[in-house]
Amino acid sequence: MATWKEETQNLAGSDLVLIRGGSGKPLLVLHDELGYTGWMSWNEELAKDRELIIPLQPGFGKSPRQDWMWRHRDLANYYLNVIRELGLEKPDVLAFSAGAYTAAEMAAANPELLGSITLVGPMGIKPDEGEIFDIFASTIKTCLRQTVFNQEAKEFSEIYGGEMSAEQFELFEDARAESARLGWEPYMFNPSLPDLLRSAKNAKLPALLIRGSEDAVVPQDCIRKYHDALPQADIVTIKGTGHRPEIEDSAEFVAAVKHFLA
Amino acid sequence: MQIAHFTERPVRYIDEAPVLQNRAFFGVSNSYVDREKSADDYNFYLDEACYVEEVGFDAIAMNEHHGNPFCSGSVVNIEAAILARITSKAKIVIIGNMLPGVKHPLRVAEELATIDTISRGRLVSGWVRGAGSEQFFNNANPAYNREMFNEAHQFILDCWTKDGPWRYEGKHFHYRHVNPWVRPYQEMPQQWIPGVLSAETVMWCAEKQYPYLGLGTALGPTCDLWDMYADKSAELGYQAGPENFGYLLPIFCADTDEKAQELGKGFIFGGGQNAFSRPEHTLPPGYNSKSAIRMLGQQPGGSWLGVSKEKLMAGADDSWDASAYDALKAKLIAGYEKVQDNMQIVVGSPETCAQKIKDILSVIRPGVFTCFAVQGNVGDKDRLRSVELLGKEVLPDVRKFADEIGLFGPFDRTPGSVKLAPGTKRAPVVDREALAKLNLP
Repeated sequence: MATWKEETQNLAGSDLVLIRGGSGKPLLVLHDELGYTGWMSWNEELAKDRELIIPLQPGFGKSPRQDWMWRHRDLANYYLNVIRELGLEKPDVLAFSAGAYTAAEMAAANPELLGSITLVGPMGIKPDEGEIFDIFASTIKTCLRQTVFNQEAKEFSEIYGGEMSAEQFELFEDARAESARLGWEPYMFNPSLPDLLRSAKNAKLPALLIRGSEDAVVPQDCIRKYHDALPQADIVTIKGTGHRPEIEDSAEFVAAVKHFLA
Repeated sequence: MQIAHFTERPVRYIDEAPVLQNRAFFGVSNSYVDREKSADDYNFYLDEACYVEEVGFDAIAMNEHHGNPFCSGSVVNIEAAILARITSKAKIVIIGNMLPGVKHPLRVAEELATIDTISRGRLVSGWVRGAGSEQFFNNANPAYNREMFNEAHQFILDCWTKDGPWRYEGKHFHYRHVNPWVRPYQEMPQQWIPGVLSAETVMWCAEKQYPYLGLGTALGPTCDLWDMYADKSAELGYQAGPENFGYLLPIFCADTDEKAQELGKGFIFGGGQNAFSRPEHTLPPGYNSKSAIRMLGQQPGGSWLGVSKEKLMAGADDSWDASAYDALKAKLIAGYEKVQDNMQIVVGSPETCAQKIKDILSVIRPGVFTCFAVQGNVGDKDRLRSVELLGKEVLPDVRKFADEIGLFGPFDRTPGSVKLAPGTKRAPVVDREALAKLNLP
């Protein structure tokens, strides 16, 4: 396994816990609305030629919550300052679900600071057809079940450390609370985002949109609307997977990401 | 002592099956609303409240909930405003306005001041955070629930006491012109705070010197909570007493124990209070404090834990199995007996009710006692008979007993008025020996 470590740095005015592993050009990874799943096989594969930098989102139990953050836009601007303070040179960003919403806000705010964005099952834009699944009106059990289509995937039973301990329960509740603070209303989208992304479109920021063909959390139409806003984006659909293609078919997922980043 | 009557104003025409199928009251489709029967119910409950006053209750207490047939009161201030005009003596106790859910504290300040003015000073204003499900119904961000509650509460008090116009720029609320041209008739209405064993709410009440109303909570934990309140009060330099505590108890009274037992099953209609909302609606994200979540997570055998893949998939099929109906009903009946053994529901003849109420008062010594009327499909006649028996036969006996053991209500002695010098040991607020004698399971 690649060597990864957890470290705390004071960045952009607050402590931030980072998972860092692998070596090579930096790849900033933003986890989803339920928190960091742990180091999985896709991390391992990508870490072979990239340094993965995974901030644990403020308020998700490990990095302290920042009272001033009200919206994903605030979090996005915080992460842009983190990039500046870490001295990262146009890092690529790989982001999942609500993390992808944050990455899109980063791209809208300052596309010149980024090398590319890969958005996996991205929230952040309201679909015309369908609805983004309401994770807040679900128990964690329902929510986890909803995210996975390929239940035979080996790593489905290994995410978040497998069996939920009291500690993990608390981490989930921290994550849900912070996700609600940022995304309760409007639910997990910013009505301005499609227009704000004009800056990333004009900057021709390379973008990849990845979606599981059976995603039951983020509707297909979200991808269409992202593509309308970022026509330069490539789209990859991974068949037979739901909202977690990186776990449900990690080989296809890793291949798509590596191909794009190459 | 102040004795109040409380009802959830249950929707009485709905069958039990849709509630059981939904596994909760919250979320049952409003397609079941029957306009004519709904009008009957709303009008009946206003008439019932008048009768409550007539037979000798000191107060009419009411609340609101949203999106369910458990409680038809969705806008409590409207009903309270009607009562302000059609009753003449009874206090009108609102327990309470859910401040984060309303999202418009200036409007709440005006509504309550209107009720107090029309009733010429009979308003008791309670405040609540709202149940978990209310956050969904009102789209109130649960992660900011406590913050919004605190801010709205202080803002309303300012509306009632500060001369306007003034400008307000808070964190969650913003008003550029605060100058309500209705102010409470009373200098400051009393504020009673209902709760279900939330330590944070109890501490907040102690700090504000507000009476805390336990909502049918088990007697042992209620004693613990009262002690917590009293310890905090002592720290703050006052002796808590009965005037600081209220208790709400589900009670149904009929001419005989047998009849009361049968009709009292209305308390478990649809699963009763425990079926108010499903887990996903009961615990919205961020609604509970970090310490409450930690306690929940550490409950041994708690259903929250152990989410393996097998367990996740086992819960995937939530379709309704009609054959489970009888078993479910049997379980509810067993629960009905259990809560009676535990004295969290009292049903019976006037003699039975009076004795049990007195036993409970001996233990927790509240200055406010609230009779929570039966739920379910109990008809007008039987509901009114319960009110009559309680008012005319039970309450005089209870009142006499309360006087004998010194249960001052908040209108008999101002909460917080008994000062305690620093370093003085506080007096007990509950009687644990009396609790032990009850031999509760």
